Amino acid sequence: MIPLSHYLIVSAILFAIGTAGVFLRRNLITILLSIEIMLNAVNLTFVAFGRFAGDVDGQIITFFVMTVAAAEAAVGLALIIALFRHRESLNPDAFTSLKW
Amino acid sequence: MPETLVFYAFSALAIGASTLVIGQRNPMYSVVLLIASFGALSGLYVLLDAPFVAIAQIIIYAGAIMVLFLFVVMLLNAPREDAADYDRSHPLAHPGIGRFGALLATLLIVQLAWALTKVSELKAPVGSRSDGATVSSVLEMGRVLFTRHTFAFEATSVLILVAMVGAVVLARREVSE
Repeated sequence: MIPLSHYLIVSAILFAIGTAGVFLRRNLITILLSIEIMLNAVNLTFVAFGRFAGDVDGQIITFFVMTVAAAEAAVGLALIIALFRHRESLNPDAFTSLKW
Repeated sequence: MPETLVFYAFSALAIGASTLVIGQRNPMYSVVLLIASFGALSGLYVLLDAPFVAIAQIIIYAGAIMVLFLFVVMLLNAPREDAADYDRSHPLAHPGIGRFGALLATLLIVQLAWALTKVSELKAPVGSRSDGATVSSVLEMGRVLFTRHTFAFEATSVLILVAMVGAVVLARREVSE
């Protein structure tokens, strides 16, 4: 069996990649994708801990995280469509004013 | 040992694909690469005796959420990211602030590496039922989900409804009369 720490290291690397993506990219869609990477890294941690603790709670919380991710993607993409209609741009720097 | 080999192959695929996701300027490639990353993650879930989560990962993430992303990328005609219109006059673009951020990031990496050296190796599951039979059982998962976590489950359905209504309201085209 693979040691628990291996799964945690993979999860930490994936989370770091997601965080870097949020800060480095200047495209709203790629930023949302980076958030999905971070959510998946956390899911991997939950499932790994649940497996090594010997109960199903880790998998159940993963199920809830997936549902929240689906809701977040739907609302986030609707926001992106609404923003794109106003400014014809996906660059987050284009949306610095609160009202126009 | 085949299990170790499979673990490293899936981990490398997940990390490599995720790195490429944030390295692309075209969001279309990012979405397709993220599907590959999610497929590799679902392989890791199979290794962790979680077949239900692995299948849900493929169906919900790769099948539903990523298709939604693809639809939006195509709908907006995928404008490529432009590095040229970077705002140099922004107050946060000051080089001193960037160096301070790099220092904090290095500090975080040192802390994480230090914490990982302190982790004791856990090679086998602990707990009362450590054989993996209960963990991989979908029956057991459904039983716990509908008894101990009923409220969270029902709250999730309300959340989905709110998200659906919110998405429709936000993406609606305003009729000007």
